[in-house]
Parts: sequence; structure tokens; C-alpha cells
Amino acid sequence: MALKQTVGKRVGMTALAWVVGFLIFFPILWTFLTSFKSELEAFSLPPKFLFFHWTTENYAEVQSRSDYLAFAWNSILLSVGANLVGLIVGVPAAWSMAFAPTKRTKDLLLWMLSTKMMPGVGVFAAVYYIFQYLGLLDNRIGIGFLLFMANLPILIWMLYTYFKEIPVDILEAARMDGASLLNEIIYVLTPMAVPGIASTLLLCIILSWNEAFWTLNLTTSNAAPLTAFIASYSAPEGLFWAKLSAASTLAIAPILVLGWFCQKQLVRGLTFGAVK
Amino acid sequence: MATQQTATAGRLLVAPSVILLFLWMIVPLVMTIYFSSLHFILTDPDSRSFIGLQNYIDFLSDPDFLGALRNTLILVGSVLVISVVGGIFVALLMDQQIYGQSIVRLMVIAPFFVMPTVSALIWKNMLMNPVSGLFAWIAQSVGLTPIDWFTNAPMLSVILIVSWQWLPFASLILLTALQSLDEEQKEAAALDGVGAIPFFFYIVLPHIARAMTVVILIETIFLLSVFAEIYVTTNGGPSTTNIPFLVYELAQHSYDVGGASAGGIVAVVLANIVAYFLVRIVGKNLES
Repeated sequence: MALKQTVGKRVGMTALAWVVGFLIFFPILWTFLTSFKSELEAFSLPPKFLFFHWTTENYAEVQSRSDYLAFAWNSILLSVGANLVGLIVGVPAAWSMAFAPTKRTKDLLLWMLSTKMMPGVGVFAAVYYIFQYLGLLDNRIGIGFLLFMANLPILIWMLYTYFKEIPVDILEAARMDGASLLNEIIYVLTPMAVPGIASTLLLCIILSWNEAFWTLNLTTSNAAPLTAFIASYSAPEGLFWAKLSAASTLAIAPILVLGWFCQKQLVRGLTFGAVK
Repeated sequence: MATQQTATAGRLLVAPSVILLFLWMIVPLVMTIYFSSLHFILTDPDSRSFIGLQNYIDFLSDPDFLGALRNTLILVGSVLVISVVGGIFVALLMDQQIYGQSIVRLMVIAPFFVMPTVSALIWKNMLMNPVSGLFAWIAQSVGLTPIDWFTNAPMLSVILIVSWQWLPFASLILLTALQSLDEEQKEAAALDGVGAIPFFFYIVLPHIARAMTVVILIETIFLLSVFAEIYVTTNGGPSTTNIPFLVYELAQHSYDVGGASAGGIVAVVLANIVAYFLVRIVGKNLES
């Protein structure tokens, strides 16, 4: 039973929480609103909050001037592709560590986690050199491979914590009934594992989408995703607030929506199961 | 218990991940260590020669390194304090019985999903612009002189932007920890007439202590490599260049592969000190 609060206190707390939430959210809302203003109104003081001439011309302009769609396509290809490959490699690993653990499984998991701790900048010169040598600079396969490797430890960890929650007894029962390993995976495990796999994929896509060290440094145009697209707005287009806002809205909207869907998984994924 | 069949299959299934991660870890690292022992300027490949620890001596004794180390510590420390203290406040607030909690939650978590280049540019231009930014307008409306954020307080500006990105993460995780606090404990405390402040310090804080530790460690690992926010706002400079940015400049501007590698190894060592503690905490959790 939850403690009863007086209505007055509850209303007061609600008001305070909404104000705090609104303030935290405000920069995003402000960007969204500004993206529908004319450049002149974007600059006007006092600022116009809702009562301005709404226009969608900025979105058209952003597309025609800097080819938003090409960058967005790279973002989608890289973040989805890298993590689908991640699943192909990671699901079997997480599966076997969750259901057929050995004495070394725990050490293996911790070691995988520790590879995530290596700062990208630490090996920047070497990776840049390797990429240059292999001709992978500004190449989708190259940057996709980096994003795949950067996420693999988190991906395996998340899958592992989900798989761990699947009751082993059911697998035992399937084995008793003579199910082969393959049948066990297809008919018993998969239906129970799909929700966890989906959440894992979503979170990893978000992380790849926003990755801004490798993408800024190793891509220029062909393979450049939205992080680089926005960085190109730092100057001199940064002065055109309405267009900057439209570009920013386009870059964050899809991932914000995905993020809202999987915010619960975020805690589990980013704390490696240490906070549930 | 795993059968012989599954145990063998298990090894085969883990192998690709282990091999890939091992290569991903060891190849760049070994190359970086090797490069760090060379005089190696990309634009002058003929001068490539072994110089032992000279790059480390140069990097560590460079006044820019001390500045970058100081900036890194200021950035990490300030963002940690702001996001954890703020996060506790936001989490406590959201844990109350409020109307529309799920909507407040959506608003609070949103900044975490904004890519770093976007948040940095929006803050720099639309909020912190000294003439027509929103903050300047607010300051003027209440009769204050607007602050020229990036000219007069570049580090503070970067700290505010990065804190805004990480406050949601701290809030969400601390909220998750708060929600696992036993309702009966709350009721018992209320029955015994425990005030809100002792209740917070003796019951709530110890309960969320481990979640706080995890937040601090994970944030530290990410904050040690803040890059994009500096790249698109100040583009370096003495008061905001942190270690990642310094290494980037060595590699991309001075083409000094040797120096950048030595700097990179220093960054790896720093990150691993933090990582050691995080891995231990997660490891303890695996056993329970």
C-alpha cells in the first residue's frame, strides 16, 4: 500500500515536477518551434513562442542545400546495419553464456565489458592509420565496422541479462522431450527471447546513431551520418537559426521517438545490469 | 547442467565475439604503443625513427597537457556534481505521487537522446548567444547584463551543455533505484514520525548509494572522452581543450602520430583506473 498524501501536497509536487520536466525539455521544444519560423522571426526579440507565421520552408531548404536525406540514409544504414551484424555475432555468444555457462563465463563477461572502457581517442592515431592504409576512410563498411565493435560489448551484456531471465526449466523440459539443439533454439528459445533482442537492438541503434567521435573524425561525405551533417552547421550556417533548428529536428526526431519507447531498457543496458 | 553437446556448442558460439573483441582491443592498442615509441610525423614519413619514451616525456611535460588534464578534471568533476545532485533532486521529485508522471518522465529523459553535435549547437547559438539568445533576453528582461557565454566563460558553457545531456541519465537510473525502496520501510518511517530530512539521509541515500556509484563510474568513462561538444563550440582553445581534444589536435593538425599515440595511451590509462572500479562493482553484482 502506498502512503496517502494530502491532495494539496500532491498538486504542489505535480506542479514542481512539471516545471522541472518542462525546463529540461525546453531546449528541444524551442528547437522544434524555431524550425517552423522564418529566419527573421527566429531572431526576433522578444522571442516568439507560438504566435508566429508557421512555415515549413526551412525543411525544404535544408534538404535542397545540404542533402539531408543522403546523411540520414547513412545514419540509418550504419546504425541498423552495424547492430544487425552485432546481433548475428552477439546472440549466439550471449545465448551460450546464459544457458551453458562455464567456470570462465563471468570473467569472460567482465573482460568484454572492459573492452568498452577503452576511450576511442586512446587508439585514434592507430585506427586512423589502419583506415588510411586499408582505404576505409569515409567508407560505410569501415565506419560501420567500428560502430559494430564499439557496441558489441553492450549488446552482448544486454542480451545476456535478458536471456538470464528465461526459465531454464523450460529448456530442460524440451531436452527431455528429445528436442534437438536446433529445435530448442527455434521453437522454445526464440519466442521468449525476441522481446529482449528487440529492446537490445533499439538501444544499440540509438547509441550508434548518436556516436560522434569516430563518425566526425573518419567520415567526410560519402559515409557521413547526421552527426557530421549537423557539425557542418557550426559555421557559418549556425547563424541561420531556423535552418539549424530544422536540421536538428530532423536529426533527433526519429531517435527521440525510439528512445521514448525503450527508456526502461536504457537503465538495464547502460548499467550492465547493475541497476534494474 | 550443461550437457557435453551444449558445452561444445557454447564454446563455438562464443568464439566469434571473443576473437573479434580481442582483435579490436589488441591490434590498435599494440599499434598505438608501437607508434608512441616512434618519431612519426605523417607529413614527413622519412624521419620515422625509434625514440623510446621521448613522446611520453614530451607529452607529459607539455604545458598544454597540464592544461588539458586540468580542463578534463574540471569538466568531469563539475558535470558529475551537477548531474548527480540534480539527478537525485529530479528522481525524488518524480518518485512522488504526481499527476502525469509518465509525461514528466518523457520530458526529463529526452535530452539523453539528442546527439552531442545537435545539443552543442543549439545551446551555443539559440540559448547562449550574447545578443539574441534566449538567455540574453531573459537576463535583459530582469535587468541584468547578458553574459557572453563562450567568450567569457567557455568552460562553464561546455559544462552546462554536457550536464544537460547527462542529467537525464542520472535521474532515470536514480529513479529506478528509488522505486525499489520498500514501501513498508517508508510506512514504518512515517509511523515512527521520521522527518523528511533524516529519512533522506538515513534510508534513501544508503539505498541508492550503489546506483549513485554506478552512475558516477559510467558517466566518468563517457565524460573522460567528451569530444563533439568541444569540437563544434569552442574548437579547442586553452580553457576548453581536454585530453581527447588535445590528442585529436596532435593527430589531425600537427600530424604527429607518435605524440598523439603517447597521449592516447595516457588517456587509456586514465580511463582504465575508473574502469577497474566499475568492473569490480558489476562483477560483484553478477555473483549475487
